[in-house]
Amino acid sequence: MIRMSATFLILSAITLIGACAAMMLRGLVHCALAVAIAFAGLGTLYLNLGAQFLGLAQLLVYVGAIAVLIVFVILLTRGGESDATPLPQVALPLTGLAVAGCLFAVLAWAVFHSFAVHRAGTQATPATVRELGAVLMDSYVLPLEVIGLMLTAALIGAVIIAMKEKQDTP
Amino acid sequence: MLDQMFVLLKHWLLGYSPAVLQPAVSIFLTILPILLVFPVLFALTTVLERKGLGRMQNRYGPNRVGIYGILQPMADAVKSLTKEDIVPAAADRTVHFLAPLVLLAVAFVPYAVLPIGRNMIAANLDAGVLFFFAIGAISELSVFMAGWSSRNKYSLLGAMRAVAQMISYEVPLLLSSVAVIMAAGSLSTVEIVQKQAGFSGIFPHWYVLTPWGFAGFILFMIAATAETNRSPFDLPEGESEIIAGYYLEYSGFKFALFFLGEYLGMFAISGLGITLFLGGWSAPLPFLTWVPSWIWFFAKLLGLIVGFIWVRGTLPRLRMDQLMNFAWKFMLPMALVVVVSAGAWRFLGQGVMRWVVSILFIAVAYVLLARGVETRNRIAKRTYRFAE
Repeated sequence: MIRMSATFLILSAITLIGACAAMMLRGLVHCALAVAIAFAGLGTLYLNLGAQFLGLAQLLVYVGAIAVLIVFVILLTRGGESDATPLPQVALPLTGLAVAGCLFAVLAWAVFHSFAVHRAGTQATPATVRELGAVLMDSYVLPLEVIGLMLTAALIGAVIIAMKEKQDTP
Repeated sequence: MLDQMFVLLKHWLLGYSPAVLQPAVSIFLTILPILLVFPVLFALTTVLERKGLGRMQNRYGPNRVGIYGILQPMADAVKSLTKEDIVPAAADRTVHFLAPLVLLAVAFVPYAVLPIGRNMIAANLDAGVLFFFAIGAISELSVFMAGWSSRNKYSLLGAMRAVAQMISYEVPLLLSSVAVIMAAGSLSTVEIVQKQAGFSGIFPHWYVLTPWGFAGFILFMIAATAETNRSPFDLPEGESEIIAGYYLEYSGFKFALFFLGEYLGMFAISGLGITLFLGGWSAPLPFLTWVPSWIWFFAKLLGLIVGFIWVRGTLPRLRMDQLMNFAWKFMLPMALVVVVSAGAWRFLGQGVMRWVVSILFIAVAYVLLARGVETRNRIAKRTYRFAE
């Protein structure tokens, strides 16, 4: 159906292995590192498909921030213990399988009925960063500005909260 | 001719390879110089640093191996190769082994988007600056891997400190680059360098020579020092408090790899600073344009390295709370002001007005923030919250 390139296969294998390892490894920190591998694989997959901005944002946000956040949360809540935690006892393994199957079915249905599949013959050109920026500044300028303002406010708010705590202590 | 020497050499060599292999050979010929030149620069820098620090501390520094101790790195390499590689019994062996490799691999990748000379860039990406920061973010994870897998309290403390510090200083680092990206209107490193080409009188059009660019450059370099864990921000590896931080349990060649990775990171981020603020490979004066472009890049790089060494020999190490306060209460607001000031510069057009407004923005913000930080941390007897 779709001819897959070798790079695509390698990168998707890395992503899948990372994701599976994240589920099956015992040590929580190992799982977090495996998730980071899966994130990185996904980011490089985007790059491979020509979505440069998306891929790099994926690397920057997920590998650089989310993975580190997960690691911090694990270390701060568990006191840095690295002993293998037993997998939670699943009462019915079949329930999990059924839920996963349902989710996959819904996603597959949505993908096969989406417009992109049925628009035969139109080859979508990968959006360059310049085009993306032009569109953001042109038709989506209001959402962009609202989000920008909100994020800056959140940043300054976080600093002010941290400052307050400092003043309270004698 | 001399300027394009290496580009022509590559094309000449490429002509001799069979047509099937040409893409692979081309990639190989692009990567090989990066893999050779920067480690050699690392070796030279270690000598320079030890000699320079030695002079600042009234001693000689290495002077036994070769003339003026210039062959010291060879001796160091042999030493670290022949040392025993010790892995703690309780360590997580896989992660412990992978951490230096990940750090080193990640340290080499950003060079792909640094224009070292005219037409000398490995990958001219549309989003070059973004690529640089995206790859840099992975190195935080490798530092954490090193610290956690050693199963040592000091290693873990060092890793936590390093990661916290890198995340905190990444914000001003990115924001001060945003000012340049706004001014250049591009994320491509090549285009940013091109935008800074040309001269007004004898002054080049470098962004560092504008008020916001100057402030941005200073912020960028401070954040870069913190990002590469160099003194005075080297408390993740402070010898006197947590022995050596996250690479405490590494010995022999793995330690050397960490050392190499750290210096490569420093060169890469200096290279980005040169690209963003110091006009990349362009000459500083109009009558010096005949000098090959790559010489200018490396001259600027060496200049920044000397600056790093000088700072290391001069300033004492910060405390953790000072470090965080400085990042969030001074660097971050200052970087935001720099972004606003760059915007004002862009829209006020040519003339005196934009100089006045831009300088005013930065000066007022600087004075207010410096005052705020000062009054908040008035020097007094230290009070301890937990240790009394």
